[in-house]
Amino acid sequence: MNSNQVLDREFLEIRAKILEVAAALDRIERAEGDVSGEPRMALIADAIKIIASGHADPIRAEKIQLLFSRTYDEQWRNEFSIASRS
Amino acid sequence: MYYIDPHLHMVSRTTDDYETLAKMGCVAISEPAFWAGFDRGSGESFRDYFRQLTEVEPKRAAQYGIQHFTWLCINAKEAENVELSREVLKIIPEFLDCPNVLGIGEIGLNKNTKNEAIIFQEHMELAIAHQQQVLIHTPHLEDKYQGTRMILDMLGEHSIDRSRVLVDHVEEHTVGPVLEAGYWAGMTLYPVTKCTPSRAVDIIERHGAERLCVNSAGDWGPSKPTAVPDLVLEMRRRGHKESLIKKVVYDNPRDFFSQSKNFNLENPAER
Ligand SMILES: [Zn+2]
Repeated sequence: MNSNQVLDREFLEIRAKILEVAAALDRIERAEGDVSGEPRMALIADAIKIIASGHADPIRAEKIQLLFSRTYDEQWRNEFSIASRS
Repeated sequence: MYYIDPHLHMVSRTTDDYETLAKMGCVAISEPAFWAGFDRGSGESFRDYFRQLTEVEPKRAAQYGIQHFTWLCINAKEAENVELSREVLKIIPEFLDCPNVLGIGEIGLNKNTKNEAIIFQEHMELAIAHQQQVLIHTPHLEDKYQGTRMILDMLGEHSIDRSRVLVDHVEEHTVGPVLEAGYWAGMTLYPVTKCTPSRAVDIIERHGAERLCVNSAGDWGPSKPTAVPDLVLEMRRRGHKESLIKKVVYDNPRDFFSQSKNFNLENPAER
């Protein structure tokens, strides 16, 4: 499929998904209380920035996955006091 | 199209599901041992579960012309209980010669804890001592990246043939490291927490189909045991060749499982 065909196929899907996100964010703000300082709200804002960014190598999905991931520390064995078996 | 679902927890599905799978072209299933939705009280409870996986499910599947294979272990969630895990590790060898057992699995990490890592390593030692293949569960959501990298670190410490290990539930951020290290990778089509058919096809388009399998991981939670045909349809709609689709949903799992001495798939075309 060329990019036009993919766009034809995805346009309404993307439109619907963006609307879902917009409505959910509205719902959060309409509700009682304030979550503007919540780290999860910052994650959502960063993820939206990734979606809006252009890429020579399109890896938005991978970047968003990493954004929502706990960090990996190569030295994790030290924290557990586990010796490497090799 | 005939296909194999390499990861499906049929003990928690109905016989009607077997019928639907058969109608959709499923000819074989492999069922890794996993968490029952509650923590079991004793090693004996696992012995019963292993009997269910090696005696009961193959018969239920055979009624619909589906071959049932299985993998044995104590899952990552209950592995937090080291004492219970070691009891189960002692029971497993009794079942390794059952005719439908393909190896040790699905071992792995859940919350990436010390105890889970200890029991993962003990399972690896058991697998190596008994020349078993290994099927590995990677954690969900925010724990997946860290857990997958920890698993790859631990796997690297063992001298095991990497082509006999499959790391499951890979997504966009973990598929690369798994395939580059020489292991097989599995993608799970699962509502909410894992991959959708479209994203799985994107991953195939980006990374190629070598050593890549796809499964439904259907279980007792919200899941869809017929998710593999959804992927077949998505690949067709995008214009992929039938030969590529067959490679992903049939040839690849067959080739991976064929390294296990108990894998005796009847070729559906020659039945
Ligand atoms: Zn599973």
